[in-house]
Amino acid sequence: MKYPKQLLYTKFERFWHWSQMLLVLLLTLTGFEIHSSFSFFGFERAVRLHSAAAWSFMGLAVVSIFWMLVTHQYKNFIPTKYKLKEQVKYYTSGIFSGMPHPTHKSMYNKLNPLQRIVYAGLLILIFPVQIVTGIAYMYYHYPQNPLDAGGLTLAAGTHTFGAFLVVAFVIVHMYMTTTGYSVSSNIKAMISGFEKEIGQEETKSETQSE
Amino acid sequence: MNNVLQKLTVLLVTLVLPAMVIYFTVFFGLRPNEARKIEYVSKAEHTASVDHSQFDLLQQQFTNPKQVTAACLTCHNKRDDELMQSSHWKWERDAEIPGRGIVKIGKKNLHNNFCTAAEGNNGSCMRCHIGYGWEDKSFDFNDPTNIDCLVCHDKSDTYFKQKGMAGWPATAETATKEFPVPDYNLVSQSVGYPDRDNCGVCHFFGGGGNNVKHGDLEEALFHSTKKVDVHMGEDGRNLVCVDCHRTEKHNIKGRAYSVSAENTNRADCEQCHTSKPHNDVVLDYHNSKVACQTCHIPVYAKVNATTLYWDWSKAGRKDADGNPIKEYDADHNYSYLSIKGHFVFDNMVKPEYYWFNGTADHFLTEDTIREIPVKINKLFGDYKDPNAKIWPVKVHRGKQAFDPVTKQVLSVKLYGKGKGEGAFWEDLDWEEGIRKGMEYQERSWSGQFDFVETEVYWPLNHMVSVKEETLSCKECHTRNEGRLASLNDFYLPGRDYNALIDYTGIGIIIVSLIGVLIHTLLRIF
Repeated sequence: MKYPKQLLYTKFERFWHWSQMLLVLLLTLTGFEIHSSFSFFGFERAVRLHSAAAWSFMGLAVVSIFWMLVTHQYKNFIPTKYKLKEQVKYYTSGIFSGMPHPTHKSMYNKLNPLQRIVYAGLLILIFPVQIVTGIAYMYYHYPQNPLDAGGLTLAAGTHTFGAFLVVAFVIVHMYMTTTGYSVSSNIKAMISGFEKEIGQEETKSETQSE
Repeated sequence: MNNVLQKLTVLLVTLVLPAMVIYFTVFFGLRPNEARKIEYVSKAEHTASVDHSQFDLLQQQFTNPKQVTAACLTCHNKRDDELMQSSHWKWERDAEIPGRGIVKIGKKNLHNNFCTAAEGNNGSCMRCHIGYGWEDKSFDFNDPTNIDCLVCHDKSDTYFKQKGMAGWPATAETATKEFPVPDYNLVSQSVGYPDRDNCGVCHFFGGGGNNVKHGDLEEALFHSTKKVDVHMGEDGRNLVCVDCHRTEKHNIKGRAYSVSAENTNRADCEQCHTSKPHNDVVLDYHNSKVACQTCHIPVYAKVNATTLYWDWSKAGRKDADGNPIKEYDADHNYSYLSIKGHFVFDNMVKPEYYWFNGTADHFLTEDTIREIPVKINKLFGDYKDPNAKIWPVKVHRGKQAFDPVTKQVLSVKLYGKGKGEGAFWEDLDWEEGIRKGMEYQERSWSGQFDFVETEVYWPLNHMVSVKEETLSCKECHTRNEGRLASLNDFYLPGRDYNALIDYTGIGIIIVSLIGVLIHTLLRIF
């Protein structure tokens, strides 16, 4: 079966994705070190890196939100029921017998119905919660602040739980990259921007412009 | 060509630019902040505006130190009024204690758990009063010539109050080799701002020996290095006591909470360092809940040992010949004295940590014991208190005499001029010592006594370490046995966690991994 070769991820999206990946990696490592789960950077460096990475992450988020709004790419993250059942069925049975993907990707339909739910959850629930509790962690922990958070218990607890969810997401996310048309086609798409056609030669020049 | 360009573009957006994001994140995150530099000229470098050796008044033949005081006051008029309001003079002050209202407290009437109480032991204890001859209740607190100007202002280092003389220097009759009669012309002509010797001669030796009481104030500070005290190190700023304990009109800033109760007139680090001294957000933020001292005084009693435990109940034991005993520990500190009991001394001591808002309670003379150990003084504060900070504290524990019937802490006459006066240090007789001690303080005693555990809490302020030796984050932000392990009324990152959240989170991760693994296996087979 042949799929058309097409541009899926623009230069900005790829830059955003890989920057975010590195920042999430740094945040996770330093965050769990602050949680005393292990020792690597040293506590003080972990704290400083975690704060700095948080600011970069938020800066990148602001730019990305702006970009998504002006390019209408945010629509990719709006959950839909269309073909949701088929998608669940594909991942729970079809994939094992080599059935074709029930949905097709395009610039304006990057995520399948299941992904839309997961990513919307990530963008609407986990990231904002991490950002809000993270800011509270940095600035609103002392009782004498005008907005009394009564200590770090709530912010820290929520932030920690969010961090566990992010790790779980990363695990499943990395695995899911292997479930494209080929095992590596999804990762390659996030690097080159293009989804490769099955059966096409690697050497075939890519003349299509973005 | 197009192909190469495209590959470079891919490299740029997926590798180079993200790497730059991380580079700048790490660069700005770990950029070192230089602490604020403090410009300050020590009082020790002050040049006197007059030369006292030129005054005719100070060439006279002084036969009594009170004449020196009178001479001082002829020029420095009204200074006696200032001084007679001070706690150095009165040894008590009005203080408002939450739950008690305004009480008169001070060295004069408070208990402690070192030599237990000053009043009634005047000959010895009042040697450190800034007056001449507070031997008993007849001392005139309104006579300005009773003020000892010299003990604080002598710069010749030749003026000393004699032991056992209730504040008098040696006279022709009492002079010894150790305590000769002072040369009052020399001393009165070499006066100036107090230096370390003037303050240290009393404040380093409280409790009957070097560093017995404070733990962070001792004779090593007469000539210190930065390693012992970063402020007083002669190889550093070489500050003297009054540089921090700033003084105006004889009102000296600074509070010792063994005798103070109020959060006023304190000497603090912010006088010079401001409240944002690190020029670093995370560290400066600590300042709202953590006293500077907590990180910057990681250990105290850095040179000589301080007393940590003093058990009076063991006092009085004699050897086979009926003579008093002295015993030493492995570091040559006293571990037993017949006249004082059993001690534990130590040096390089890690402080204990408590919330402290600058106010304290005191076990007043007539209070009855409600809890054991008895808190002779108690520091107020907790996490919710906006004025409270975590402070390093020397806690001195011990056992001292109390009345099992009235539940009061007893006052004991320890010091006497000789045997037979009923002084415990002379006769080693508890009953007589207590009777005389309670009589002097006009308190009733049931006639019974026993010993009770007591504690005093002394916040630490001195022996500030060089920056290389300040506490590292991990000393507190660690799961087990951190320095703040006992302060549990707040969430401390790195120490605390919610077990339910952690186990649920780890569970979710394990389920994810198993799910992925099963899915992979199903795809392969």
